[in-house]
Amino acid sequence: MRKFPGILKTASSVLAIAGSLALLPVTGNAAEAQTASVTEQGKALAFNRKKGNCLACHQIEGGKLAGNIGPPLVSMKARFPDKAKLRAQIWDATRANPNTIMPPFGRNKILSEGEIDKIVEFIYTL
Amino acid sequence: MKKLLTIAATLGLMCTGSIAVQASPQQDLKAFRSYFAKRFPDVPFQEFANGVYAIDKASRAQWESIEEFPPYELSVDKGKALFEKPFKNGKTYASCFRNGGIGIKQDYPYFDTASGEVVTLEGAINACRVKNGEKPLGWKKGKIADISAYMAYTSRGNKINVKIPSDPRAIAAYEQGKNFFYAKRGQLNMSCADCHQWNAGNRIRADLLSPALGHVTHFPVYRSKWGALGTLHRRYGGCNKQVRFKPFKAQSPEYKTLEYFESYMSNGLKLNGPGARK
Repeated sequence: MRKFPGILKTASSVLAIAGSLALLPVTGNAAEAQTASVTEQGKALAFNRKKGNCLACHQIEGGKLAGNIGPPLVSMKARFPDKAKLRAQIWDATRANPNTIMPPFGRNKILSEGEIDKIVEFIYTL
Repeated sequence: MKKLLTIAATLGLMCTGSIAVQASPQQDLKAFRSYFAKRFPDVPFQEFANGVYAIDKASRAQWESIEEFPPYELSVDKGKALFEKPFKNGKTYASCFRNGGIGIKQDYPYFDTASGEVVTLEGAINACRVKNGEKPLGWKKGKIADISAYMAYTSRGNKINVKIPSDPRAIAAYEQGKNFFYAKRGQLNMSCADCHQWNAGNRIRADLLSPALGHVTHFPVYRSKWGALGTLHRRYGGCNKQVRFKPFKAQSPEYKTLEYFESYMSNGLKLNGPGARK
């Protein structure tokens, strides 16, 4: 009984996504604008004290009054060739080091999965 | 899965058990002091009573100028008047304390072997009221902070001298406080030690994290943020909220034992309360 509405819901979301994709113009410029805006959204989330508040501990280019508890966020592509590892670190840093002071943003639902995705996109540009 | 969890829990219990056996409070104290001595090699031991101002020259000058016209002065005067005013039965607070309550804060908190509980100075103030037929005061600010401030003021310069008697319940209270200090909590998953030991002296945003050594010397404290005086447990509550943890009540066993642990760790430092902080 419970599965049926679930399937319906999934089916309808798939349809909705397909629908919105169909409506999206797929020109290069628009795609770039889309990426830029995700990065910007990620930056806003990263700098927001009530959200990522990354500046509490990390220096980030463009951020003021950053803390120095964690390492400065630079050369992120070199430090995390695998973007998934960067995401995992933000999602739950205690898996790599149980003693870390870094909050487990995903595990403790400090940020939503979507918010983490956007922050990862931003951090990966640094 | 359930079996695995049980095994993990048992292992966890065994580990905590063995830690309790291995490190005595005396050994902990030695390790704690030497940790901060190594972390801040230029800071003399007694300077830790001054919190972040012991490690940050820039904010120290500002703090010293605040101390020239101390914002807590009025509270000390009010506290003195309250302390000396007789209860309805004619007795005063002095009747409840050693040496009439003057210059005794260094002995608090202590473990009361009769009741099996940690007794804080604020706890003793309210116990004195109740014993003399008066209503207890609110725990975190106001009159209790004023009285405590006066009692702290008369104890300035006395070295913290918190004892842990060889009573298994006292050791257990100490261990409870120690575990609280080192346990991660709240949505942000942070322990007291994460900030105030392992990252003492580092900046969280623009704020310097104070070393836990010396945390208790200057309470009750006038905080600019509060615009008033508050007790140590009021501060504990604020700290817990910052890591998104629902604070315990002031004078709860959790905060009393944390105060017991933190005070023991600051043994030997001279009291300088009440103090002024951001």
